[in-house]
Amino acid sequence: MTSFRVIGKHRPRIDGRARVTGQLLYADDISLPRMVYCKLLRSHLPHASIRNIDTTKASALDGVYLVLTGDDFPIKHGILPVSQDEYALCRDKTRFVGDPYAAVIAKTEEIAQNAVELIEAELEPLTTISNSTEALSVETPRIHTYGEEGNIHKRVAFDFGHVDQSLKDADHIFEDLFFYEGNTHLPLEQHASVATTDPDGKLAIWSSTQTPHYLHRALAKTLQLPATHIRVIATPNGGGFGGKSDPFNHEVIVAKAAMLLNRPVKITLTREEVFYCHRGRHPVLMRLKTGTDKQGLIVGQSLDTVLDGGAYGSYGVASTFYTGALQTVTYHIPRYQFRGCRTFTNKPPCGPKRGHGTPQPRFGLEIQLDKMAVSLGINPKTIRTNQLAKPHSVTANYLQLGTVGLGDCIDKVTEASDFETRWGNLPEGHGLGLACSSYLCGAGLPIYWNDMPHSGVQLKLDRLGGVTVFCGSTEIGQGSNDVLAACVSEILGIDPFDIRVITGDTDLTPVDLGSYSSRVTLMTGNAAIEAATRARDIIASVVSKQLGIPKNQLVFADRRVFSSEHPDKGISFQEAMVATETEHGTLGTTGSYRPPPAPGKYKGAGVGPSPTYSYSASVIEVRVNKDTGQLDVVKIWMAHDIGTCINRTLVFNQIEGSIYMGLGEALMEEQTFRRLPQKRSSALVHKIPSLLDYKSPTMMDMPPCDIFLVEYPDKQGPFGAKEVGQGPLLPIMPAIANAVYDAVGVRIDETPITPDKIFKAMNSSDKRVGPKDFPSINFDHVDFIPPPWEGGDGNAFVPPHPHQPRR
Amino acid sequence: MSKKYPLTMTVNDESVELSVTTHKTLLEVLREDMNLTGTKHGCELGECGVCTVLVNGKPVLSCLMLAPRAHNAEIKTIEGLAEGPILDQLQSAFCKYGAAQCGYCTPAMLLTAKALIERDTTPTVQHIQKELSGVLCRCTGYLSIINAVGSVCGLGDNCTDNLNA
Repeated sequence: MTSFRVIGKHRPRIDGRARVTGQLLYADDISLPRMVYCKLLRSHLPHASIRNIDTTKASALDGVYLVLTGDDFPIKHGILPVSQDEYALCRDKTRFVGDPYAAVIAKTEEIAQNAVELIEAELEPLTTISNSTEALSVETPRIHTYGEEGNIHKRVAFDFGHVDQSLKDADHIFEDLFFYEGNTHLPLEQHASVATTDPDGKLAIWSSTQTPHYLHRALAKTLQLPATHIRVIATPNGGGFGGKSDPFNHEVIVAKAAMLLNRPVKITLTREEVFYCHRGRHPVLMRLKTGTDKQGLIVGQSLDTVLDGGAYGSYGVASTFYTGALQTVTYHIPRYQFRGCRTFTNKPPCGPKRGHGTPQPRFGLEIQLDKMAVSLGINPKTIRTNQLAKPHSVTANYLQLGTVGLGDCIDKVTEASDFETRWGNLPEGHGLGLACSSYLCGAGLPIYWNDMPHSGVQLKLDRLGGVTVFCGSTEIGQGSNDVLAACVSEILGIDPFDIRVITGDTDLTPVDLGSYSSRVTLMTGNAAIEAATRARDIIASVVSKQLGIPKNQLVFADRRVFSSEHPDKGISFQEAMVATETEHGTLGTTGSYRPPPAPGKYKGAGVGPSPTYSYSASVIEVRVNKDTGQLDVVKIWMAHDIGTCINRTLVFNQIEGSIYMGLGEALMEEQTFRRLPQKRSSALVHKIPSLLDYKSPTMMDMPPCDIFLVEYPDKQGPFGAKEVGQGPLLPIMPAIANAVYDAVGVRIDETPITPDKIFKAMNSSDKRVGPKDFPSINFDHVDFIPPPWEGGDGNAFVPPHPHQPRR
Repeated sequence: MSKKYPLTMTVNDESVELSVTTHKTLLEVLREDMNLTGTKHGCELGECGVCTVLVNGKPVLSCLMLAPRAHNAEIKTIEGLAEGPILDQLQSAFCKYGAAQCGYCTPAMLLTAKALIERDTTPTVQHIQKELSGVLCRCTGYLSIINAVGSVCGLGDNCTDNLNA
């Protein structure tokens, strides 16, 4: 076991001070000379043709510099190459309440807002599609003219083995419908951007974005500027959670305005507008059918998902795949069938929120396992531990697993909560629930196809001992800058606080794809290790020669380079740098990281692979009031397989934050809509676009949490590290649902799990609240891929297998 | 242009004299007129609490307070919490416990906690929880914040073990 000096320790983050002194500058904190302000005119109708826009009065208002409409933005953008479906300002029609179609740039925010109200627009209402059921039945009008057909955006269908046969042969069949309500990220910082032309006439934009590289590409495309003339600076995000991962309308608009006016333009969204930007959790309806043998071992599983995508593509194609991809990485599923379908509806677009597409099916799977356990008389712990996915195995859908610490995670939380004796035996109204999960440590493929590194790091080292890390990664609060400093300082034997970290600036830093898919620790960490190791090799060669110590006996530690045999024989790190710069000239190194190729070769195999997977297990204790359905969470036990901790303090912080966000989704958060009366156009409006009405947990809602780390270092991770930012969120929602069943014997098969639903279930004949119907969807094309243990090589089997499209 | 009125305040122990329009909030004056951008905003509707500053020692939502109402008041913002280069013990505790992740709610949390412990040096964990509950945080799950404040109040390292669910 290697002993680390920095890695794995409890340690204050290197950038903590800026956060407690108010010195950290977020996008809206930036003010530039001659800066002007932008406000957007957003559609008040959920679906409408734009007949005419008259900006005469707005343009004439004193203090207005520029009014822009869709005519000014002829080129579409979008995060995925396959769904470039957004104009910065709508041209032909608006697709949800909040879709922007005009912009005003004025001397003050107030004047800009006044001018926005002077824009006269003629919008003609179109039929509104409010949910997936309507989208599947209403062929026209189509919200978009691309996609599969009607208002179906994307359909995917895979059979990994003859699942129908397995289900036919199974001893037991469990079939359930689940519904996971949509919810939103709710970062406390509203999105903001400041764009300007630099002294050379080039564009610069500071923005609260998680993905500066993708924004860079989107700006080059939409503004038809050479990428070399654009600088994107990702300001520290005041919370992201996936909600700042798309290139946004407002970013394109202020960039264009700054170029046209040749002066800085700022936009800061209101809280209401942040709800319209959304890109949050997709509402997903699921049908999960699992066959088991007599002992409860899964022999085959089929999962159907329908995603309510909202008005644009966003990450939705990836989200659709993700609702099926990670079902196989926790428990061994010998044959697996997945059908996913994403619809367009006239609501703010859904996208990636913490867990991206996987919390919904995880909710279904973990509740169904609980139902199986109850039905077969097996403890919920045993039914899981009996069929854990094997470490370093390849799953039925061709995901390469790494280390699997799930068994230990389950042991930790069940022992600490005395689950095996207390489950099923607590007094009426008290219950325990168990659930597990797994998550990616970075997506195996980039968003646009290329073979280049996913993450690059440059190191600058100088004669005064200064080390600066340059990386395109984005600090969204999670501690990514600290991870870079930790990895470099461990290798160079200096203190993390000695290191400067410059990130998220496309002029200064090598490309990193962004803060999403829990990729940052693993990918930037590996790139940083490579860069630092190269620097250490060069320094070691010089010191070795100078001190006459064999290179392999040199230790870099405590800001010194010294002999492992005679620790007093050595020089300071700075002296080593002087010697190195004297011999080598200016010193700089680079490191880069690209994930290993995945075993899946079939079309669609690109979503799901990751260098390795994290694992989590949670037991939750609840108290339910039998008379009212009031639900209180008494205590949470959580264990997480982190591989190796980079910064132990930050790991605990991430787990606590994941628990909290999971609690919000489980108990109260929902992004829901209502129709206005017909006389007001039946418009579909956001029910709760405010922080007061969108219920999220306060400090009063947090229960005590016992957190355990399981460390199964994975060779793919930097020093063996895996992700922690997303995985521990996933077990919370099903664990609560299972605990509610243990407490009062009712199944809440949908989120959020609210007192009124529990009350309703307790008073219903089937003791359940959840969806009752699943729509019929045609899948014209099904890919058949034999699993690895049935002779498959990762390719789809051609010609089409005898299974006909079903339903 | 709306008419401007004189406004005199003490901000972080310094006397300031400004001229502001009556509809400006204290938040806007601090951020826009004084460039004290450490005070944040999350809704400007009094819902999230992240714009909290201390007015005469009490936590106030600066987005809901019209600036003229702060005439002659003593204001403390996050920029005034440290004593020169020396961090307040709450700030140090927030660093140690990782109570600031994205950092956006942190100024409000710190100032609210400061007001609490100036009034009551030995609060219980429940007091801390209640006093700080008006500020939302999306990153931390609140536990590290409560533990950081608790540590300053002699409640040890993990006072959240004693939270009442």
